[in-house]
Amino acid sequence: MGKTISIFKEALKNIISNKLRSSLTMLGLIIGIMSVILLVGIGNGATTNVTSSVKSLGTGTLTVSINGESDTTIQYEQIDDFKKITNIESVAPYKNVSGTISKDTTTSRNSSVLATVPEYINILNLKLEAGRLLSNIDIENSSKICMIGNSLTDTLFEDSKIKDIVGQSISIEGDKYTVVGVLTKVGSSMGTNIDNTIIIPFTTAKYLKSDMSINNLYVKVSDENNIEATKSLIENYLERNLQISSDYYSVTSQDSMLDTMSDIRTTLSLLLGGIAGISLIVGGIGVMNVMLVSVTERTKEIGIRKSLGAKRRDILVQFLVESLILCILGGTIGVGFGIGVGTILQIFGFSFNITSTVILISFCSSAVIGLVFGIFPAYKAAKLNPIEALRTE
Amino acid sequence: MIELKNVCKSFILGGEEIKALDNVNLSVKKGEFVSVIGPSGSGKSTLMNILGLLDVVDKGEYVLDNVVIKDAKDNTLSEIRNKKIGFIFQNFNLLPKLNALENVQVPLMYRGLKNDESKKIARKYLEKVGLGAREKHLPNQLSGGQQQRVAIARAIAGNPEIILADEPTGALDSKTSNELMELFENLNQEGQTIILITHDINVAKRAKRIVRIADGKLYEGEVV
Ligand SMILES: Nc1ncnc2c1ncn2[C@@H]1O[C@H](COP(=O)(O)OP(=O)(O)OP(=O)(O)O)[C@@H](O)[C@H]1O
Ligand SMILES: [Mg+2]
Repeated sequence: MGKTISIFKEALKNIISNKLRSSLTMLGLIIGIMSVILLVGIGNGATTNVTSSVKSLGTGTLTVSINGESDTTIQYEQIDDFKKITNIESVAPYKNVSGTISKDTTTSRNSSVLATVPEYINILNLKLEAGRLLSNIDIENSSKICMIGNSLTDTLFEDSKIKDIVGQSISIEGDKYTVVGVLTKVGSSMGTNIDNTIIIPFTTAKYLKSDMSINNLYVKVSDENNIEATKSLIENYLERNLQISSDYYSVTSQDSMLDTMSDIRTTLSLLLGGIAGISLIVGGIGVMNVMLVSVTERTKEIGIRKSLGAKRRDILVQFLVESLILCILGGTIGVGFGIGVGTILQIFGFSFNITSTVILISFCSSAVIGLVFGIFPAYKAAKLNPIEALRTE
Repeated sequence: MIELKNVCKSFILGGEEIKALDNVNLSVKKGEFVSVIGPSGSGKSTLMNILGLLDVVDKGEYVLDNVVIKDAKDNTLSEIRNKKIGFIFQNFNLLPKLNALENVQVPLMYRGLKNDESKKIARKYLEKVGLGAREKHLPNQLSGGQQQRVAIARAIAGNPEIILADEPTGALDSKTSNELMELFENLNQEGQTIILITHDINVAKRAKRIVRIADGKLYEGEVV
């Protein structure tokens, strides 16, 4: 059809003949679509990360935490009694203790010390790279030994080989601790970055101005199918036996954490999508503005076309096609840039995760914006009075 | 073929009514070459707008090709314009971004013709006005006379019932305007109905029939 061809040809001609204006208009959309892709991609990536670290806990794990403001907590000595609750396979109390970590003259500032028991290693599925694991004897003896996360090998033992690190000692708050094991790299998990953590026996924490009360523990259940019942039993135990008010503790299963995660993920996606959506609308307003200017500039042309027999629809379609091309072109470039920048972020260690659905949606929304913000200027052009339009210069 | 019966058209400007056309009667038959002459502000362009369906009458009746034009919708008017009217304007009114050939194609395109069909026709008419070699030229690469020839080709390409020319020679020198008038005469000899508006008596005299307009009133003949 001759009309369709010429409408597209002329729309392109107009866009190209106003290069600067067209590219500035498109820039608004490019930024809009790019931010949709980036924000949604980063949001997705972050939540996927956390979700996978929740999953790394393995199914059948409960997390118990007791608020520090509670008057009573579990004492280390009470753990054996706690373990008697039906369906509990193992329990891993842990606590973060503060202490300056150094090796000779090197001090590590952003590493943390975690006091825990051998079960912790099992529940979190941590693996050894060299040396040995924490043992029950270390707990009994409150030995001054430690296992170190993988990143610390670089921070504290710059040049040493991993296997040579085992047996050396580091100092925590001035005390000497022998390194018995080095963990493999795991990445950050559940808010703690194991790679930057020094693990010491739970009972050793007493040397570091820490008491033996327990505020956090992981519980592994024997029968996963009864995990909710076990959760209730634990809650009962905390309230009846330990007199901890329900305001001060929480027992969460991995399932409920995943649920929360997916809630957070939805909220985050909506939030980020919303922000990006606003920038898209701003881009759309830019398109509308430029199209309105274009209609004013081309009033004479519209008059000529009408005098030659153009119907309202012909004029409407012509301007609409122009704003559509602008938006779709901007959208495509935006998608390209978004993916490009996202990939670069990925190279620098950010998590970025974009699905084809999101790409399709951003692409379509750029087209929708072209239609929505193009319709008013196009309509304005279509209903111009031909005599008045012809009279303008 | 064209019948204006008691046509009135007035404009309200600053609360005052201006009678641009006052009880105008005009009848033009097929194949006629009529020139309308009158001083500035006498209502010539208003008459042309009504004849060309760009505007509608306040009172009276306009019959074009046995169809009474009244209360027609914008789109219907566009359609009739496209098929029956060929406009020629004083300032040519070519589309600046389209080349000569594409400009002639525009009315054919709105008629729904395919691109190669309309191209063939447009080429034929460009040759007819002597611009076969200039089809790729943009309007600003053509002289005024050449631009007006393109406009004429565009007006006649759709084989309209009638050509309406509003001061077609107004922007041209006398030699060029003479050439253009010859073109109009030739077209008329081939049977084309032409209504030509001018305030130049020498141009008006080239037509077979002269109509005078003054203060919105129409008189037959050259002088009162
Ligand atoms: N849209 C309008 N609004 C108000 N008055 C108008 C309008 N169009 C025309 N007029 C008035 O109607 C009268 C006739 O105008 P018209 O344009 O038909 O004159 P004309 O004969 O074509 O003049 P010229 O030779 O200068 O082109 C003039 O007094 C003009 O001011
Ligand atoms: Mg006039």
